Amino acid sequence: MTANREVTVLQTGSANLASVLAALRRLGAEPEVTRDPAVVERSPRLVVPGVGTLAAAMSVLTAEGLAEPLARRVAAGRSTLAICLGLQLLGTGSEESPGVAGLGSFPGVSTRFPASVRTPQLGWNSVAPDGACRLIETGYAYFANSYRVVEPPAGAAAAYSDYGGRFVAAFERGGVVACQFHPELSGSYGLRLMERWLGAADGGGASC
Amino acid sequence: MLTVRIIPCLDVRAGRVVKGVRFQDLADAGDPAALAAAYEADGADEIMVLDVTATEERRATAADTVRRVRERISIPLTVGGGVTSVGDAAALLEAGADKVGVNTAAVSRPGLVDELAARFGAQCTVIAIDAARRSPGGFEVVVRSGTARTGIDAVGWAAEASARGAGEVLLMSFDRDGTMAGYDLELIEAVVAAVGVPIVASGGAATASHMVEAVRAGASAVLAASIFHFGELTVRALKSQLAMLGLEVRR
Repeated sequence: MTANREVTVLQTGSANLASVLAALRRLGAEPEVTRDPAVVERSPRLVVPGVGTLAAAMSVLTAEGLAEPLARRVAAGRSTLAICLGLQLLGTGSEESPGVAGLGSFPGVSTRFPASVRTPQLGWNSVAPDGACRLIETGYAYFANSYRVVEPPAGAAAAYSDYGGRFVAAFERGGVVACQFHPELSGSYGLRLMERWLGAADGGGASC
Repeated sequence: MLTVRIIPCLDVRAGRVVKGVRFQDLADAGDPAALAAAYEADGADEIMVLDVTATEERRATAADTVRRVRERISIPLTVGGGVTSVGDAAALLEAGADKVGVNTAAVSRPGLVDELAARFGAQCTVIAIDAARRSPGGFEVVVRSGTARTGIDAVGWAAEASARGAGEVLLMSFDRDGTMAGYDLELIEAVVAAVGVPIVASGGAATASHMVEAVRAGASAVLAASIFHFGELTVRALKSQLAMLGLEVRR
């Protein structure tokens, strides 16, 4: 456990925060929940959880003046952990919410799983990181999603899973880790990832 | 590849487990939080808490139970029992549930499923269906722990509830529950064919082979209580057997 465990959790409105907060506390962090744009920009570590629709979350982010500080933070590669819908928010949009723009941090559009698989995907799927991943390891993670992106951002390290075809399970870019799965619900696998993410910001080592 | 989920179910009354499992080194088998943590350590993929407290006391105790379990586990938590409104579900989700199951209240008022899905999303909304065989054939929905037959076609209700936004069907066979005779495979097959969402099989499991049958019938997950409560089979041992029988499980 490192001394500095300052971490902020963004209250996007529709997200259930209890599991994220419980996981962070288990790792020795003392998470604060915020909707303050200045905190979103400055916090040494920010978690962007999310369930629900892209439209609902974007409406909260825009109304509260959070969208631009969050987009700037991600563009600068500052330590950020985006979870599930949090990953999809960083893209340009989603089939689930036609006509609603995401934050546009990368050009991906979230699309629905094909009709050949039971949707939503609920359960533990195997995650295979490419060679460039520093924080994401091989293992099983828990997913609860109907939409996903199939191409990671250019230049990002990525990990993949398969459900009716390959999709992006997670990616790393600078200090940003975005997971389609829920690390806070992924047992020891998820806790290890969160632990490494918390630790990465300590060393300022987020520079890839 | 998506693995088959093994889901131990804890029946909880007034904050205490009704049928406690005897784990080694677990001092209090009646504490739902300690038991859930032991199941996670043993390899459970998800925990189901079914609150069987009488309705009038439930509001006070259910959220507290969920809060205590959530503090101890890092895997998904599904909670069911007596949810009648969006407010009930919100209290459980806020306390740390990841999915909420509705049963009797949704049969009385199907619009509740739409409301939950619109507010919390399909991935949070589980339709729990207790189904019994009926004499000319087919299955009907039973409610209030099997004390009331509704005449409603269980397969048609599963299809309607998923169309209304439920993201998962928790399918309990009333005839097989507690028999240890295996899941009702015809029931599973009928519901699997009628909906596009995942199905959790429940009721009747005694062996790893029963679970393999349910998965072959199309279930995405298997829920069990008695098989673990009697302490004869650990989750870890069960998963070894399932793997040997050809299923992909998380280990």
